[in-house]
Amino acid sequence: MSSLIEFQNVCKYYQMGDTTVKAADHISFQVRKGEFVAIVGQSGSGKSTCMNIIGCLDVPTSGLYLLDGQDVGRMDKNQLAAIRNKMLGFIFQQYNLLPKLTLQENVEVPLMYAGIPKAERHERSRIALEMVGLGDKLRHKPMQLSGGQQQRVSIARALAGDPAVILADEPTGALDSHTGREVLTMLQQLHAAGNTVVLITHDNSIAVQAQRIIRLEDGHVVYDGDAHAPEAVVTPNMAGRGIAK
Amino acid sequence: MSLTETFQLAFKNIQGSKMRTFLTMLGIIIGVCAVIVIVGLGNGMQGYIEDSFADMGTDSLTVMIMGRGSSRSVSEEEMYELVAENQETLKLISPTVSVSFPPKIGSDTTSSSVSGVSEDYFTMKGYEIAQGRGIQYMDIESRANVCVVGQYLNMAYFGGNAVGQTLKLGSKSFIIVGVMAAETDDLEEGGTDDCVFLPYSTAARMSFTGAISNYTITVQDRDNISDAITVVENALYQIFEDDDAYSVISMSEMLDTMNSMVNMIIYILAGIAAISLVVGGIGIMNIMLVSVTERTREIGIRKALGARESAIMRQFVIEAATTSSLGGLLGIALGFGLSAVATTVIARVMPDTPITVSPSMAAVLLAFGVSTAIGVVFGYLPAKKAAALNPIDALRYD
Repeated sequence: MSSLIEFQNVCKYYQMGDTTVKAADHISFQVRKGEFVAIVGQSGSGKSTCMNIIGCLDVPTSGLYLLDGQDVGRMDKNQLAAIRNKMLGFIFQQYNLLPKLTLQENVEVPLMYAGIPKAERHERSRIALEMVGLGDKLRHKPMQLSGGQQQRVSIARALAGDPAVILADEPTGALDSHTGREVLTMLQQLHAAGNTVVLITHDNSIAVQAQRIIRLEDGHVVYDGDAHAPEAVVTPNMAGRGIAK
Repeated sequence: MSLTETFQLAFKNIQGSKMRTFLTMLGIIIGVCAVIVIVGLGNGMQGYIEDSFADMGTDSLTVMIMGRGSSRSVSEEEMYELVAENQETLKLISPTVSVSFPPKIGSDTTSSSVSGVSEDYFTMKGYEIAQGRGIQYMDIESRANVCVVGQYLNMAYFGGNAVGQTLKLGSKSFIIVGVMAAETDDLEEGGTDDCVFLPYSTAARMSFTGAISNYTITVQDRDNISDAITVVENALYQIFEDDDAYSVISMSEMLDTMNSMVNMIIYILAGIAAISLVVGGIGIMNIMLVSVTERTREIGIRKALGARESAIMRQFVIEAATTSSLGGLLGIALGFGLSAVATTVIARVMPDTPITVSPSMAAVLLAFGVSTAIGVVFGYLPAKKAAALNPIDALRYD
């Protein structure tokens, strides 16, 4: 099976005053179509940088990022916007719904930027909201919903565009453990239905819900393998040293 | 995202913050309203001036002879000759001698205007005789003590039967031989119909110097009135060899001068009002900049979900333009309202000069166009700022 996401020696450097911060330092991995991968790391490990690059919100300083075989690093802003629109479905920690729009309108936003006609947009957004169990609240505003429900709307929004990759950035971070579990179950269902899911988290207990874990530390990959292997969840620092040796 | 959807989104955002949008628009509303009322007032004043001048006749010249010392003057025969020699441009001439004695009718003294004119004067001015006869050549030859009165005097002092009655000017008695037809609908004291005309020869004898210094000349073609002025001026220069000794004025020239003066005042006032449009535009820019900052997160979300810079740009420019053109529309409505109020107030305060404040279509279209353009121009900078936001930073913004 060909890889959908391919990182080859991806580096991302930031200049902060006189020092260069290496947020991502020669990161390489591949994600195949249909996988459920968790990218885990403490803050400052480079997972947010990875997420921004995978999400085509940012481009690497050096190295190659291929998304479905396309070199994202060479794209201009408009091409990046188009590829975000077509290939990626974002699920954010803070849901990031637009408060003035109804649930249905929120789900339609990416479809609108894709230029899909109104009738088809209505249909697809309705189906997506029904899939997450909110088919009876199409005309509600996000503020009328609980956190878990809002996150389900953002899942619906991510799904509606039928993206190649669903990118979830700390999707349970703002939720209590019960609703958090519901959201994770939903992601697992999406994976079971054949979607490629990339989950970014700092929480091992959430990461193990995935199939595979990529652990980052100080901008390096320190573990890449089965989520259920014991090394996947050992204390980061010790595991880091162990693998490095 | 289609253009209609962008407009719908703009309206949604405007609806979401009505008070703020209204305050943002206020500058534009006031500016547009002021421009419309001022231009309307200008139109009204121009209309009023044109009407007043049309009464006086735009096809006539007024010639005033000041003379050069006491030695040189021009006789009325010379003036008549001048007109006779230039029949291709000039039509008729009448001396006009104003008499300073107020008419006395019985024991009443009126404030009517009294002038001495020739037998042609009524034809020149288009006045009609309703009763009796007009001034005739024989009256002038014989310096007869006869006069023609306006309809106002006829109705107010003679009960409609003025012909055959008398009035006194100074110590002389004049027999009323004719009554003019009413020139205006409402006969009033001091109006056009409150007048007395007598033979100019009689009037000249009553004046202190006995000389005739004013003439009215009508022209063949009112569009070539400046040619006629040149003809008269050249002839007079040959007599006096000094252009301070006479002056030739045409009503249409005076009308032009008055109109351009009114126009200039209106342009200056409208220009001042237009400054408030610019201030209003800056207000819109200010609020849009605040709005961009407030909606940084929204912009980040939209960009993450695939909005191109051009889509964000368009959204903000259209929102600014919608706000300002909505302000323009409200300003136009308010301008029409204020114009109506101003017309009523002017009619109430100055009943003699009823000026109709009539906003012109051109001013309305211009005001709307300018207010929309202001939205686009002043919305551009905030929109550019919004479009240029980095989606990563914008998403993280609280």
